[in-house]
Amino acid sequence: MSTVLIDYGSGNLRSAAKAFERAAREHGLDASVAVTGDARALAAADRVVLPGVGAFADCKRGLAAVPGMIEALTEAVVVRRRPFLGICVGMQLMATVGREFETVDGLGWIPGEVVAIAPADPALKIPHMGWNELRIRTSHPVLAGLEDGDHAYFVHSYQLKAKEPRHVLATVDYGGAITAAVGRDNLIGVQFHPEKSQATGLRLIANFLRWRP
Amino acid sequence: MLKVRVIPCLDVKDGRVVKGVNFVDLVDAGDPVEQAKVYDAEGADELTFLDITASAENRDTLYDVVRRTAEQCFMPLTVGGGVRSVDDIRKLLLAGADKASINTAAVARPELVGEAAEKFGSQCIVVAIDAKAVRPSQWEVFTHGGRRATGLDAIKWAKRMAAAGAGEILLTSMDRDGTQRGFDIPLTRAIADGVTIPVIASGGVGALEHLVEGVRDGHASAVLAASIFHFGTFRVAQAKAALKAAGIPVRL
Repeated sequence: MSTVLIDYGSGNLRSAAKAFERAAREHGLDASVAVTGDARALAAADRVVLPGVGAFADCKRGLAAVPGMIEALTEAVVVRRRPFLGICVGMQLMATVGREFETVDGLGWIPGEVVAIAPADPALKIPHMGWNELRIRTSHPVLAGLEDGDHAYFVHSYQLKAKEPRHVLATVDYGGAITAAVGRDNLIGVQFHPEKSQATGLRLIANFLRWRP
Repeated sequence: MLKVRVIPCLDVKDGRVVKGVNFVDLVDAGDPVEQAKVYDAEGADELTFLDITASAENRDTLYDVVRRTAEQCFMPLTVGGGVRSVDDIRKLLLAGADKASINTAAVARPELVGEAAEKFGSQCIVVAIDAKAVRPSQWEVFTHGGRRATGLDAIKWAKRMAAAGAGEILLTSMDRDGTQRGFDIPLTRAIADGVTIPVIASGGVGALEHLVEGVRDGHASAVLAASIFHFGTFRVAQAKAALKAAGIPVRL
């Protein structure tokens, strides 16, 4: 079983790949993990992971700049329905549109937009940075074993506001509910960093590696 | 609820851990990767590496340390020291760092902070400020490990860096660093209250009560310490227990 992490010039790919390898090993899963910037590699991928740090527009441009990547991603995920995991900005890119610095189209898989976090309490710092407690809204195979109150590591200034509440799988409270996980069909995205969230994160990654939507 | 972070810091020179007292008298004591694993297991919320020599020749040593750490520790890692360009930041991120901390280079060329924030996002750009009291309620920014005065007012500088796109301020009191007398609370509070981004208090922790003060009185979002953890004076879990006992939310 091969899992591909897409390298489009954004993010802590090495630590993400290591986390996937570790999660597979700890949970006894047979999974090869490859980091690739080659769109052709997606054809053979059983699972696809889109990481991302940085600004929405920059990430989208980076993704679009890899020849054939968005087409290959669409083919793998939308047509062939391979399990997909978006992480942080990789999750935000699943939205229809992003409004960080400028307005840029996302992949359009989760209806909604990415907007600045605006906490009700002005004393709350932005970025929302650090360990915060998950609130699970909907049970989901990739969130199996994660419970309300489990800590995950967040670092972001923008959030995905999904148009349809049923697409929101988990939230986190930061001066109001903020989207922590979205999903539909074979797609899931998490705002937090599972590769940085110690045991909770490794469990989520292992769940993803064995997920059969 | 978002938790207050406890961040052990490892000062790294030529791939080895050191800890200075007032930035001189370095005492060599260990392998950073081994130390990072200990902190990871103890429940540290993040790790910070500060490369204190940062000479160009030894840069690859640092990348190697970052790579090896990221292979074993699944927690956020910030790396600072010698970060001069967007390319330096990208190399650190690719090695496995999550955030890069910019100090001297931000003073030399403030536009770097905005460029880096636009490229990588504010969340991975930390601006480190080394400040020294020059008169009551006034602090000046120093660079080059505290050796060079800049003439910049620390509070104004912090605000400017936040506006430029910094995601976080790592604030070190040069007067307190290595003294174990506690954070400079008036400085910490002035900066934390002056910017909308998180402030990490650093410099001078010698007792667990100092960590509580940094958050409760200094309004810091996170507390960073090197020696007390490195030399085993206190464990990370003890630091968190002390914060919790003072009513401060922590991840246990």
